[in-house]
Amino acid sequence: MLFTENILVALAGLKANIMRSLLTMLGIIIGIASVIAIMTVGNSITLIVNSTMQELGANNLQVGVMAKSQDTETTDSGMNYGSGYTREMTDEDLITNDMIAAFANEYKDDIKYILLQENIGDYYSSAAKVTEGTKSANVKIVGYNKDYMLFNDKEVVAGRNFLDQDYKNANKVCMVSDKMVERLYKGDASKVLGKEIEIVRGDTYYTYYVVGVYKYVNDQFSFGVSDNPTTEVMIPYVTARRENHTQNKGYEYFMLVTSVNTDNNQFVTVARDYFNTRFYSRNDSYEVAAISMTSMMDRMNSMMNMIELALSVIAGISLVVGGIGVMNIMLVSITERTKEIGTRKALGATNGSIRLQFITESVVICVIGGIIGIILGVILGTFAVKLMGYEAAVSVSSIFIAVGFSMAIGIFFGYYPANKAAKLNPIDALRYE
Amino acid sequence: MADNKMLDLRNIHKSFFIGTPNEFEVLHGLNFSVNEGEFVSIVGQSGSGKSTLMNIIGALDRPTEGEYTLDGVDIEKAKDHELSVLRNKKIGFVFQTYNLIARTSALKNVELPMMYAGMGRAERTERAKMLLEQVEMTDRMMHKPDELSGGQKQRVAIARAMANDPAIILADEPTGALDSATGRLIMDIFHRLHEEQGKTIILITHSPELSMETERIITLKDGSIIGESKGTWSGLNAKEGA
Repeated sequence: MLFTENILVALAGLKANIMRSLLTMLGIIIGIASVIAIMTVGNSITLIVNSTMQELGANNLQVGVMAKSQDTETTDSGMNYGSGYTREMTDEDLITNDMIAAFANEYKDDIKYILLQENIGDYYSSAAKVTEGTKSANVKIVGYNKDYMLFNDKEVVAGRNFLDQDYKNANKVCMVSDKMVERLYKGDASKVLGKEIEIVRGDTYYTYYVVGVYKYVNDQFSFGVSDNPTTEVMIPYVTARRENHTQNKGYEYFMLVTSVNTDNNQFVTVARDYFNTRFYSRNDSYEVAAISMTSMMDRMNSMMNMIELALSVIAGISLVVGGIGVMNIMLVSITERTKEIGTRKALGATNGSIRLQFITESVVICVIGGIIGIILGVILGTFAVKLMGYEAAVSVSSIFIAVGFSMAIGIFFGYYPANKAAKLNPIDALRYE
Repeated sequence: MADNKMLDLRNIHKSFFIGTPNEFEVLHGLNFSVNEGEFVSIVGQSGSGKSTLMNIIGALDRPTEGEYTLDGVDIEKAKDHELSVLRNKKIGFVFQTYNLIARTSALKNVELPMMYAGMGRAERTERAKMLLEQVEMTDRMMHKPDELSGGQKQRVAIARAMANDPAIILADEPTGALDSATGRLIMDIFHRLHEEQGKTIILITHSPELSMETERIITLKDGSIIGESKGTWSGLNAKEGA
């Protein structure tokens, strides 16, 4: 009863001094808004990264060569393949086809797919073009092995997938995206199926027979929506290696997908030990490490959380500054209203009810500021995430935390002024002019 | 007469410390009592100690020495929060400067003491409306203090003083800030409360003229009572009849 009355009194006070109230709230608004915005962005990115990784497969394992460390044993937590070397990595140190074949054969029950990929040029800046008349489409040429094609499981909308002899003979065949067909041939696949297409990359021309058209699925990592997205021209893996003249070269790393019943974390150790005892025991500087997608995801998440926390703490500093602003204005308000406090005491207000009144007032300021901050933060965060081309995911828990936190600030920074008001001597307060 | 003493002050001393060795005594052992239903004035020049005495009577302050009983309660022994409750239930203050709470309506102002007393919302609103009606402020009860004239403010303040049906109404120069016509109106309200409702009223004033309107006049000078006399008021009806 006294409580709702206090809130009404506080609101009337805020309304009477709108400008002052807003300025006081500003610190809280900025603080809460930035924390919420940061948490929204962080939450969205974490979700996207996780779902992308999930898509890549939680059952994925990466096996790669890394420098032997002198003092610590190699664990499955090293991502730094080929770095921190004692000597330059040579072709001798790489994982060979034979090693992989032997490994795959040894653990054929555990391994579902061995994923091998070879790009023509750098994957992210391959910038190749297919031109038809006046139109052109952006592409990148990527070679996949049979397992990878099975794993990718792209829907073939026209023509066919690669055949065993395409892989074996390194046939110069390719599959193009329906997006590209749509752009260059108005969606008429017959105009391109069974024909040769020419792809220009820098000053090199590549020519392949188109055997199939696959359905393009929008990549979550691509920024923005473009009507000319870069799609993949998929070729057999061996063909790509031949184009790159790397047929006989080994691998710095490769990916594999384990069977459903295989314990990923255990298989990490199995794979590592297999390679190291069989093939790398006499290597002076390099060994093999394996890492699972799940552990990578865990590490990624904890990293994201750390970054988020650090940023939030920095943003939280403005909350403290805002809280001090609230305390300052409360002290001013109490001085202005000394006579009112005296009157209230004369009318029978106890110290406790005066204290409650002013704490309520400071909490009301902070909570209103907090709510404005939340709205602003959600808008800001959503906008930022959308700008990056992702789907925004507002963290609901952060909203509850923000409301609770602004209340706590109100109580913490309101207590001292409120207590000062409560302890005023009624006679002095009444006499105050 | 001893049976219905509303307040009783025995040997009241009040001193203030002004620096360690100096003790400044403002009240030098006052003795007086006020009976239930009496309209008493305490009159004195400024510096006579009447403000200090009012603070003690109003339970805003405790005497340094002596006994003060208000409606059967020993004030000098009461704790701070007990004094708050006492002021709330037993004393109705009317100040020279009205002391209404700004930014809240006349109605809310009258409700305030009842709110502190823990009365339910509907009940206190109803009572506040009734009290405002008694001082003829019904049509302006939703107005805020800064939208009211001095006389209207003081009428709201009187309604507020009556909120918890107090044992005494303590009025400190209630007409001090008003012109004489408005002051007359306010004094008439006090007379009505006294004559029609039998309220015990203590009027504190520097004006001998005003004090003559009360039943009994206690004159204060330099912290001591120097005289008691009877007033010349002959009743509201007598005045109106004249």
